[in-house]
Amino acid sequence: MEQISIERAIGQALAEEMRRDARVLLLGEGVATKRPELVAEFGPARVRNTPLAEAIIAGTAVGAAATGLRPVIDLLFAPFLSYAMDALVNSAGKLRHLSGGQFEFPLVAIAMTGAGWGVGSQHNHNLEAWFAHAPGLKVVMPSTPADFKGLLKSAIRDDNPVLYFVDIGLLQQAGEVPAGESLVPLGRAAIARSGRDLSLVSYAKTVPVCLEAAARLAADGIEAEVIDLRSIKPLDLGTVLDSVRRTGRVVVVHEANRSFGVGAELAALVAEHAFDVLKARPLRLGGPDAPAAASIPLEQAYVPSVGAVCEAARSLLRCD
Amino acid sequence: MSPLPSLARPADRLEAMLLIRAYELRLAALAAETGIPGTCSAVGQEAAAVGVVSALTGDDLILTNHRSAGHLLARGADPGRMMAEVMGRRDGYCKGRSGSLHISARELGVVLTSTIVGGELSLATGVALSQTMLGRPGIVACFFGDGAACEGIFHEALNLAAVWKLPILFVCENNQWQAFVHRRETMLAEHISGFAAAYGVGGATVDGNDVEAVRAAALEAVESIRASGRPFLLETATYRMRGHLEPDDQHYVDAGELAAWRARDPIAQLRSRLLAAGGLTDGEADAIDARIAARVAAAEDFALASPWPDPAGLADDVYA
Ligand SMILES: Cc1ncc(C[n+]2csc(CCOP(=O)(O)OP(=O)(O)O)c2C)c(N)n1
Ligand SMILES: [Mg+2]
Repeated sequence: MEQISIERAIGQALAEEMRRDARVLLLGEGVATKRPELVAEFGPARVRNTPLAEAIIAGTAVGAAATGLRPVIDLLFAPFLSYAMDALVNSAGKLRHLSGGQFEFPLVAIAMTGAGWGVGSQHNHNLEAWFAHAPGLKVVMPSTPADFKGLLKSAIRDDNPVLYFVDIGLLQQAGEVPAGESLVPLGRAAIARSGRDLSLVSYAKTVPVCLEAAARLAADGIEAEVIDLRSIKPLDLGTVLDSVRRTGRVVVVHEANRSFGVGAELAALVAEHAFDVLKARPLRLGGPDAPAAASIPLEQAYVPSVGAVCEAARSLLRCD
Repeated sequence: MSPLPSLARPADRLEAMLLIRAYELRLAALAAETGIPGTCSAVGQEAAAVGVVSALTGDDLILTNHRSAGHLLARGADPGRMMAEVMGRRDGYCKGRSGSLHISARELGVVLTSTIVGGELSLATGVALSQTMLGRPGIVACFFGDGAACEGIFHEALNLAAVWKLPILFVCENNQWQAFVHRRETMLAEHISGFAAAYGVGGATVDGNDVEAVRAAALEAVESIRASGRPFLLETATYRMRGHLEPDDQHYVDAGELAAWRARDPIAQLRSRLLAAGGLTDGEADAIDARIAARVAAAEDFALASPWPDPAGLADDVYA
C-alpha cells in the first residue's frame, strides 16, 4: 500500500472521480490555480476559479446539482460557510422535500477547519453540528488518508449534498491508502481500536488523540475501544451502541465546543437506546464555549488532550 | 415536457393574463372567506409575467420566487394543481409541502423556486451552467423582485453570470414594493437595470404594464442571450396592486399612487386596445371570460376534493 498525505488523498479522489464521471466539476476560489494537474487533464470548464463570493459559489453548485451536474466546491475555511448557508441549508437541504421530491442535489462542499494553523476562529471553527442539524444534508469528517480518499469518492457519487470537513491538523499526515478503487461508505463508523472496558467515540483529529490515550490506558490494564465515526450524518449509531453494549461506558471526544454539539447528540442517543447497560454516565469532551484563539498554545489547549481523555476514562472506571 | 400553451397571439396573452387575475382573486377571496393560507398575489403584474414567458421556448427553464402564480400559469401550469398546492393538498405540484411560496413544476421547466428573497438568483447560475456544460439548448429566465436586488446575492449572481457568460435572462419585476416597505426607502436608483452596465452586461427597463412592450423587450433580450451566450438584465416597471400577502388592507399604500397605477391596469389596457383595433370582438372577449370562469371554478373544485397529505410521509423526500 502507498503512503500518502491527506492532501494527496483528496487530490487523487478528485482526479479519479472526474475521470470516471464527466458530470463532476470542481469550483472554488483558486482551485484551478492550486490544482493545475486537474485543469490539464479535465480542462478549464470543469476546474474553475470563481469570484470571491461564497454565496454564489454554493448557489451555483446547488443549481447545477439539481439540473444534471455533480459539483464539488472548495470553500476554503469552514467559517466562510456562513456566507454559503442559504444555498446549502435552505436550497440543497430543503428544496427536495418542499418540492415533493422533484430535485436531488448531488454536490460536495469541502471546507477546512480545526487547530493546526494558528489562524484564529474566523478560519478555525468546527461547525459540523450546524450542518448535521440541518435536514437534507450529510456531513463527513474523516481522520485517515484512506478514509479521506474513500469518503470523498463516495460523497461525490452520493445523490445528496455532503459537507466534507478537512481537519487542518491532519492535512500533512501520511498514511496507507489502498491502491485503486476503494470506496468508504457514508454513514459507516470504523473501530480504530478494540477494547472491552470503555468506548471512546470520536472523529477527525481527536481520533489520534483517543488512540494515544487508549495506548496509555492499556499500560494500566484499561482496554479502551476507539470508534472513528468518519460520518457524522448519517450517523452509524449501530456501531456505537454495539460497542457501548459491550463496554457499558462511553466518552465522546471532539474538538468542537461541547455545547449543543455532536457529543450532546451522541450522549443522548446512547442514554435513550442503551441506558440499561450503562455502568457510568456518558461523558463528553470538547472545546470550551469560546471561539478558538490564534496563539498556538491557546489553539492547542482548545483541543481535548490525551491526558484529559485518560482522566475521563479513569473517572468512569472509578464509578464501578 | 408537456406542450406549452400558445401565447403567440395577443388574444392568447389576454387570456393568460385573465386566468392569472381570476386565479389570484379567487384565492384571495378564499383566504378571506375560508381561512386557507394567504398568497403573495401579483395582481397588476400579469403583463410582466406573460410578456416574458411568451418570449421563451419549451427548452428554456424558469426560476421564480414567492410571487410565482403568473409565471407558472403563463407557462401552462394546471390551476387545479396550483390551488391544491396552495391549500396544502396531496395533488398539488409539490404534494402539498410547498404551499404557495415555493412551487416548482419541473415538468413545465419551472425549477428550484425559492422563497428566500434572492434564493432563485443564487441558483440560476448553476442551472445555466448545467445548460451550457451539458449542451442543452435552453436559456434560463430568473424572476426576482426589486427587494431581491437589495440582496448581495443579486450582485454576486449578475457578476458570475457575466464573467462565466451564462445564458440567463434576469427579470427584475420592479413592483415598487418590498413587503411593507416602498422601494424608494431602500435604494436611491429609480431603476434596477442600471446595475447591468456595472457588470458589463446588457440591460433595459420596460413598461411592465404593457404586455406587448414586455414581450418585445423580452424577445430582443432572449435573442441577444442566445446569440452571445451572455446574460441580460430586464426590468419590468410595474406595480403590486394588492397587498404583500393576503389579506392585506394596504393601509400603508399612498392612495394617489395606487389609483394612478390602477388606471394603467395591464389587463384593461390590452383588452381595450385589442377591442379598438379589431384584434378582438366583444363576443370573443365574452367567450374568454366564460372559459376563465369555468377553469377557475373547476380548479377550485379539484383542489377542494384533493385529499390532505398523509402525515406518515412527513419525512419523505428529505434524502435522495
Ligand atoms: C431573505 C429573506 N428576507 C425576507 C423575507 C421576507 N419577505 C418575503 S417577500 C419579501 C419582499 C420581497 O420584495 P421583492 O423582492 O421586491 O419581491 P416582491 O414581493 O415585491 O415580488 C420579504 C421581505 C424573505 N422571504 N427572505
Ligand atoms: Mg417588489
